[in-house]
Amino acid sequence: MTPRSLFDKLWQLHVIAELDAQFSLLHIDRIFLHERTGGVALQSIAQEHRPVRHPELVFCTMDHIVDTFEGRDDDTLMPGGKDFIQTTRTEARRAGIRLFDVRDPDHGIVHVISPEQGIVLPGATIVCPDSHTCTQGGIGALAWGIGSSEAEHALATQTLRVSKPKSMRIQVDSALPAQVGAKDLMLFLIARHTAAGGSGHAIEFAGPAIRRLSVEARLTLCNMAVEFAAFTGMVAPDDQVFEYLHRRPFAPQGHDWEQALRHWRSLPGDTDARFHSELTLNAAEIPPMITWGTSPEHAVPVDGVVPDPSIAATANSRTGRERALAYMGLRPHEALQSLSIDAAFIGSCTNARLSDLESAARLLHGRKVAPGVRAICVPGSMQVRRDAEARGLHRIFLDAGFEWRVSGCSMCFNAGGESFGPEQRVVSTTNRNFEGRQGPRTRTHLASPATVAASAIAGHIADPRRLTLAD
Amino acid sequence: MEPFTIHRGIAVPLLRANVDTDAIIPSREMKRVGKTGLGQGLFAGWRYRNSDSREPEPDFVLNQARYAGASILLAGENFGCGSSREHAVWALKEYGFRAVLAPSFGVIFRDNCIRNGVLPIVLDEAKLIAIAEDSSAGGPVTVDLRSCQVFSPGGSVYSFDIPSAQREMLLEGLDPVALTLKLADRIEAFQRQDRLERPWIYLNRLREPSP
Repeated sequence: MTPRSLFDKLWQLHVIAELDAQFSLLHIDRIFLHERTGGVALQSIAQEHRPVRHPELVFCTMDHIVDTFEGRDDDTLMPGGKDFIQTTRTEARRAGIRLFDVRDPDHGIVHVISPEQGIVLPGATIVCPDSHTCTQGGIGALAWGIGSSEAEHALATQTLRVSKPKSMRIQVDSALPAQVGAKDLMLFLIARHTAAGGSGHAIEFAGPAIRRLSVEARLTLCNMAVEFAAFTGMVAPDDQVFEYLHRRPFAPQGHDWEQALRHWRSLPGDTDARFHSELTLNAAEIPPMITWGTSPEHAVPVDGVVPDPSIAATANSRTGRERALAYMGLRPHEALQSLSIDAAFIGSCTNARLSDLESAARLLHGRKVAPGVRAICVPGSMQVRRDAEARGLHRIFLDAGFEWRVSGCSMCFNAGGESFGPEQRVVSTTNRNFEGRQGPRTRTHLASPATVAASAIAGHIADPRRLTLAD
Repeated sequence: MEPFTIHRGIAVPLLRANVDTDAIIPSREMKRVGKTGLGQGLFAGWRYRNSDSREPEPDFVLNQARYAGASILLAGENFGCGSSREHAVWALKEYGFRAVLAPSFGVIFRDNCIRNGVLPIVLDEAKLIAIAEDSSAGGPVTVDLRSCQVFSPGGSVYSFDIPSAQREMLLEGLDPVALTLKLADRIEAFQRQDRLERPWIYLNRLREPSP
């Protein structure tokens, strides 16, 4: 038998029919929606009198537009935002799907609560009209982002018509150094191979450095696969994943758990499986990374300098880099660490899980945010917030001068109507530094939670390796 | 879905790489639930002088008189990367775009184009630059999905590839949901077997919010 990769196995498990030489009809095991792109899909199929085929396999949260202030309701700073929240609620109730509403104790960002609730499982297909759905590949699922029309198709048929993407393996040897995380690894990869480097591929991350990553770090890793233009990212499930999922609310229980476990152990790829392309990285070489420009590929080591656009390979890339410098208010050869910051943000589906908050809190412990810096921490879910509070992390954040919010996507983007403001320089644990992403003319530098914490304390971009840790 | 067979129109070049869907339609321009009312917000961050007004930014290419009424977009590598928001395609379509030509596309954006009758065409950057130069005097470009060819005003012809199922979907204006619903028997048969092999996938009740 032909050796099969993890991706080959996940794909074959879900093929209902081969539609033609290119497209397969795939079974979709889980659908997740949110108020910005999911409400419109539910509304649209309702208008066409198409029922949701399996409401028990569909989930919805309110994460994008909702406020993240304590005691929030349907009002939001985004003009018209309330319409998204209320329409989504009406449609979700009408369809009879499980909604993690604004005040639900299990509320959170879709890609945080899906693993946390045991909704995504190894070997399952899960889609959501949200590009960061690839995050959930960290559990060993086949998870990818779709548009709202495709979501309508999934809701009405529990299937999607998909052309099998090419496969790529990224082998990561050795181990990440201290104060370097999955976020740094992905920024390093994207800077080296460009933001189009994984174009359309299903990527399996493998190798000793990946096996050593916690489940939460694997979620961060796969989250950024879409910033590499990938179809999705995934990591072969192992005992760490199974332990993580055990007894989660929607995870299999009892006899089902035992049967699922046997199935999940068969999912990792055969050792001689073939890929359309392969890349190799040495984790030991990766430093804390930070972006200087307006694409995740514009990343350098935190102790580096702003690159000179004239070194770009093509005229178009040079123009792009010049535009990015103008937007970011930077000059070539400036040291990143010399840049003073206006704000620090810890949150988002990339880096707002408990381990992310712990990594920041270890540096913030007993320290203060620099005067003039606005610092905000938004836990990825209410469960993360409760877990953090049980460990006293909220006190560390508050004592340091951070705002401590309730869960949501918050200032990862401008969807909630909140922004740091024009020309404000923000160090952020989010995934996109696009022009205007965090608000009109806001300047975003992407980094890990450790680097954001170190920078918040210093008042300028700072290297977390230069701070001593709290015991 | 609106069919696409052949389209003739003005082509406007926006050849910068990695134009993301936040740039195509900023969050603040998505003001209510629905697929309409988005054309005004297309490229709002670049098209208007500031975020509070609708005063056109004269340097932005869509605001140049020679590209008024453009319906074919010549774009850069990885066009439509980023957020999955289908609003990006709804905005392009409402503005009047029927085809986007680029060296590569964001995967989700490309599928969203197909689902809305906007034709995404992959061509090398060199060809796009040639088409942009050739059409800068105002001559129209023709995109023919029947022959899978692009005709530049200077007489050059460029062939492109598109998966045949997507080509047919666009030519006929087919509704993929309706097509798939015809396969309901196959879907049910799959699920019957799959329930035996992976019973834990098939949740049998909604778990309500904990009290």
